[in-house]
Amino acid sequence: MSGPVRVPLVLLAGNPNSGKTTLFNALTGARARTGNYPGVTVERRVGTLSVGGRPVDLVDLPGTYSLSARSEEERVAAQAILPSSGPGPDAVVVVCDATALERHLYLAEQIRETGVPVVVALNMMDEAEAEGLQLEVAALASAFGAPMVPVVARRGRGTTELLEALARVLEEEPKAVVPLPLDAAVAADVEEVALSVDAAWPAGGVSEARRPAVRWARALWTLLSVGDDELRDVPAAVRDTVEAVQRRATSQGRALDQAIIMARYERLDAITGAFVRVESPRSGPSTTERIDRVLTHPAAGSLAFVLVMGTLFQALFSWSEPLVAVIEAAVGGVQGLVRWALPDGPLQDLLTDGVVAGVGNVIVFVPQIAMLSLFIALLEDSGYLARVAFVIDRVMRGVGLHGRAFVPLLSGFACAVPAVLATRTIENRKDRLVTMLALPLMSCSARLPVYTLVIGVAFPSGQSLPGGLSVGAGALLLMYAISVAATLGAAGVLRRTVLPGPRPALVLELPPYRWPLVRNLALATWERTRTFVTDAGTLILAITIVLWAMLTYPKDAATEARYETLRAQADATLAGEPLQVEHARLDAEQAAARMEHSLGGRVGRAIEPVVAPLGFDWKIGVGLVASFAAREVLVSTLAVVYGVGADQDEESDSLRSRLRTARRADGRRLFTPLVGLSLMVFFVLAAQCMSTLAIVRRESGGWRWPLVMLVYMNVLAYVASLLVYQGGLLLGFE
Amino acid sequence: MNAGDITLADLGVGESAEVRAVGGDRGVARRLMEMGVLPGTLVRVVRVAPLGDPVEIRLRRYGLSIRRAEAAAIVVTRSAESGPLPSTAGAR
Repeated sequence: MSGPVRVPLVLLAGNPNSGKTTLFNALTGARARTGNYPGVTVERRVGTLSVGGRPVDLVDLPGTYSLSARSEEERVAAQAILPSSGPGPDAVVVVCDATALERHLYLAEQIRETGVPVVVALNMMDEAEAEGLQLEVAALASAFGAPMVPVVARRGRGTTELLEALARVLEEEPKAVVPLPLDAAVAADVEEVALSVDAAWPAGGVSEARRPAVRWARALWTLLSVGDDELRDVPAAVRDTVEAVQRRATSQGRALDQAIIMARYERLDAITGAFVRVESPRSGPSTTERIDRVLTHPAAGSLAFVLVMGTLFQALFSWSEPLVAVIEAAVGGVQGLVRWALPDGPLQDLLTDGVVAGVGNVIVFVPQIAMLSLFIALLEDSGYLARVAFVIDRVMRGVGLHGRAFVPLLSGFACAVPAVLATRTIENRKDRLVTMLALPLMSCSARLPVYTLVIGVAFPSGQSLPGGLSVGAGALLLMYAISVAATLGAAGVLRRTVLPGPRPALVLELPPYRWPLVRNLALATWERTRTFVTDAGTLILAITIVLWAMLTYPKDAATEARYETLRAQADATLAGEPLQVEHARLDAEQAAARMEHSLGGRVGRAIEPVVAPLGFDWKIGVGLVASFAAREVLVSTLAVVYGVGADQDEESDSLRSRLRTARRADGRRLFTPLVGLSLMVFFVLAAQCMSTLAIVRRESGGWRWPLVMLVYMNVLAYVASLLVYQGGLLLGFE
Repeated sequence: MNAGDITLADLGVGESAEVRAVGGDRGVARRLMEMGVLPGTLVRVVRVAPLGDPVEIRLRRYGLSIRRAEAAAIVVTRSAESGPLPSTAGAR
C-alpha cells in the first residue's frame, strides 16, 4: 500500500441478478458518481463509504458470471481486478445470492485466487431461509477462505456487519492464497502459460506476498479467455503460448477449459455440500414457477407479452406527448422572451434559433428517455425482461439477433435515441452493435409529420384502395412495413458482413421474480437521463447551432435592402389589415430568399443533380439538409423555402395547397404521388437524425459505428428511392 | 459426441438428466460450464418457450434458458426419477 493519503479502492463484484446494485445503493446511500469505463461503454458507478472511520471509494463493477473475457463487461471486471499496470483494488466485495450459492461463488472463487482481499456478501438470506436453506456461515467462510457476511440488501440488513468485515480485511496483512487444486498434467500446462505471463506482465504494484497468486490467476484467466476472443491487450507471445498449450493438451486428451472450471466447482460443491443444508425441501412449486406457468404459457403468456409491450409502446408514443408539448411550449416561450429582451440582429437569432432551439432539441427527448429507462428498469428488476427474451427469442434468432434485442427494436418505433440506450441490456458487444445499427430503420415518431404532410400533399384524399383503405392510409401502412422489413434485413446483413461472428448463442438466466425497489428504479431512470443530457446533449446542441448557421448565413445585402424598400413602400401606401397581410407576405418571401442564399440553400442547389433522379428538386434538397436536425424539421423548412412562413405544421392548409401547386421548372407538377412515395421511402431509410448519431457515438465509444450507420442507411435510402422513382417512371407514372 | 448419445435437446418437459459432456462452440461451452453445467450436474427441463425454442432448464437451484441448438451439444444420461430437483450441490 502506498502513502497514507490514498483513499482505499474497494470493488463491488457479483453476478447479474445478485442484488449488487441494490447493495451498492444501500451502502453508498445512493450518492453515486456515474460515468463510463475508459474507452468502453460499460457504465461505471463510484460511491464513497466510511469504513472504520476512514473514507473508501466503492466502485460498482458490471454484473458478470465470471472474469473470463467473453463480453465487454467481463473484460472491464477482469481488468479492474487484475490491472495490467498500477496497484489494483485494496479489496473486493463479492455479492452472492445465497439461494444459488455455488454458481455465485464461482466468481468469488476466481477473485479469491488472485490474492486480493475478498469479503463475500451472502445476499437474499431471507429468501434462502424461506426456501428452507440453512447456511453455516462461519464454516462456509473458513472453508472458502474469505469472510462471509449474511445480508438482505433490499432491507439494508447486514450492511453494518459487512462494513466491519471490510474494515478488518483492509487492516490485515494479506494472507497466502490456497491455490486451486489441479491435476498434475493440467498444472504443468498452466505453469507453461504462467512463464510467458511473467515476461509479459511484470508484477508492478503487487506486493511480494501476492505475486505467486497473481501470476497463477493471470495464467488461468489467459488460458480460459484467449482464443476466439477480442482482447486487445494480450501480447502476441502470450497468445502463441496459450494456443500451443491448448493444442497440445487437446491432442493428449486434456480438456483444459473443463478441467479448470471443474476444479473450481468441485471445490465449491464440496464446501456448499458440507455447510448448506436443505432443512425442509419445498413442497409444491415456487412463486416464480407459478408466475412463469402463466407468463410463459403459449396462450396466456403471449397475451401478457402483447399487453406489456403494448403498454410500453403506448407510454413511449402517447404518454410522453403532453410533456413533450410542454417542453416545446417552454422553448417557444423562452425564444419569445429572448426576442423581446434583445434587439433584432445576429445575436438574437443565434440565441433563439441556435442555442435555445438546441437546448430544446436535447430536452425534448427527456420524457421518452426517462419513460423507457423506467420501463426497462422495471422489467429488468422484476425479472420479466429475461422472460421477454425467452418468449421472443425464436423470432429474433431468424435475423441473427438476440431475444434481448426485442425491447430496443420495439422502442425504435417511438424514437431511436432512447432505443439505442435500451440496447445496454444486451450483454454481447457484437449483438449490441448489430441491434444499435439496425434499429434507426424502425419508423420513429419523428417521421410521422413527414408522412402526414407528404400524404396530404401528394395523394388524392377521395380515392380508396380495394378493401376501403384510403390511399393515404395504405401508403402509411406500406412505410411501416418497409421499415420493419428493412430493420430485420439490415440486422441479418450486418451480422453476415461488418459484424461477423459465431452465431449468437442464448445462455440466459431466468432469475426469480422479485418486487422492484422504488429507489433502484428512480436512480436508474435519473442516471440514464442525466448521462444522455450531459454526454449526447452537448453534441446535439453543437450540431443544432451549426445547422442554424448554415441555413442563415451568408446573408445577401442586396436582398435585405430590397425587402427594406418593399416594406417601406407598403408602409407608405397601405394601412390596417392589408398592411399586416402585406408584411406577412414579405416576411415569408424574405425568409425564402434568405434560405436560398444561405450555405444550406447552396448545398441544396449543389445536390440537386444528385437528388433529381429521386424526383426531388433543390427545395426538397434544402429540406433534406435541414432535416438532419430532426426529421420533422423537413415540414418547417419546406414551409420557409416555399415562402409560406416557418410557423406551419404538417396539417396546415396554406402549406399543403402551396406544395400541391408547386411546379418544376418545366411546368410539371412537383408533388406527384410517385415523388411523394419516393420521398417517404427516403425518409423511412435515411440516417438523417443527428441525435441518433450522437447517441450511437456515445454508446459505441467512437465515431466509427455512427459513420457506418450514416453511410449504409443513406446509401440504402438513395438506392431504394431511386428504384421507386425510376421504376415508377418506367411503369408510366409521373 | 457419438451417434446414439442422448442430448439435453432430446428430453421432454419434466424430465431430469445428468450431464455427461458439454460440447459445441468453445465460447458457449465455456459460458455454460462457468454457469455450472458440468459433467455430473443434474438438470431438469422445465418448459419450452411458446414458439418451441428456447427451452428452460433448472440446475443448481436456478433457471437457465438455452436454445435447442445449444442443448443438442450437451450429452446427458436420463435420470430414473423425475422428482423435485435435488440438493443445493447439484453435482454427483
